[in-house]
Amino acid sequence: MRLDLLAALNAERAARRACVVVTDLASGAQRLVRAAELDAERAQDPLAPAMRSALAEGRSTLVADGSFLAVDVPPPRLLLIGAVHISQALAPMARIAGFDTTILDPRTAFATPQRFPDVPVIAEWPDIALPSYGLDPFTAVAALTHDPKVDDPALEAAVAAGCFYIGALGSRRTHAARLERLAARGFSAEALADIHAPIGLAIGAASPPEIAVAVLAEIIAALRRPALARLKGAAA
Amino acid sequence: MFAREDDVLDAAERWRREGRGVALATVLETWGSAPRPVGSRLVIDDAGNFLGSVSGGCVEGAVVTEALDVIASGVPKRIDFGVADAAAWTVGLSCGGRISVYVEPVA
Repeated sequence: MRLDLLAALNAERAARRACVVVTDLASGAQRLVRAAELDAERAQDPLAPAMRSALAEGRSTLVADGSFLAVDVPPPRLLLIGAVHISQALAPMARIAGFDTTILDPRTAFATPQRFPDVPVIAEWPDIALPSYGLDPFTAVAALTHDPKVDDPALEAAVAAGCFYIGALGSRRTHAARLERLAARGFSAEALADIHAPIGLAIGAASPPEIAVAVLAEIIAALRRPALARLKGAAA
Repeated sequence: MFAREDDVLDAAERWRREGRGVALATVLETWGSAPRPVGSRLVIDDAGNFLGSVSGGCVEGAVVTEALDVIASGVPKRIDFGVADAAAWTVGLSCGGRISVYVEPVA
């Protein structure tokens, strides 16, 4: 790999932008294709469909013409809204599972490094902190405070950013009220359908650590299932 | 914890800028119970230092040796390791998988 291409690749990675390095294995020739360059108008590239599906699945792959597509998608992040009990269990679990995990809670008594020794803690309101955090499609957001003043702005930002997973703590009734508030703020029913609530896989979780397991499993499913469904579809 | 892929690519760039000879190994294909997925990377310098993983330890030693050749020659090569191959047992790929690795110079 040429050093200039490697530097360009590392710059894309640092900016959390997905891209593909295409290597012609016979000649060794290489090029960098940014995900943003693959929109429908630029479909002349014969490898564009293969690159699009490789990016969607986050999987590097050999293709029929003897090229290798090395896919780089940003590592998944998890933003926990609420420095609560569930977060104390979920943050270390998510870190072990490979998520860059951050806690956000404006309540300074909750959001302390003592309570969360292993992950960054932001003691700030979502509206103030989220622009610099930079939500994106490779980020999961779980709103856990039970307080609409904190959860709602974070959920709105997550829906707008197309986060791959959005979950919100609360009963069906709480969630119905939440959907009404967000709809009144101009969000479509379709966009709001992306919010997982009640949060977590239905495994009968009772304690905060058990709920953390249910939430993490749901996040992993959201991350991996699109690729899984496609593989099953191809096999059928 | 686990070395992230971005650590590997950052190291490849940093090591090259420091003037080291550098090669990058990438898993192209796997069959059976190969422990690392396609696209996994290993960076190697001309002193045999390496970072990352293409097989969870099974064939790293052999890949590093090949990488030193690639750094010297400047020519990329594809290497296959598999259970059908007597070499696989010698290099420790006894886990029953097969992998194909592309080794290229960073220049």
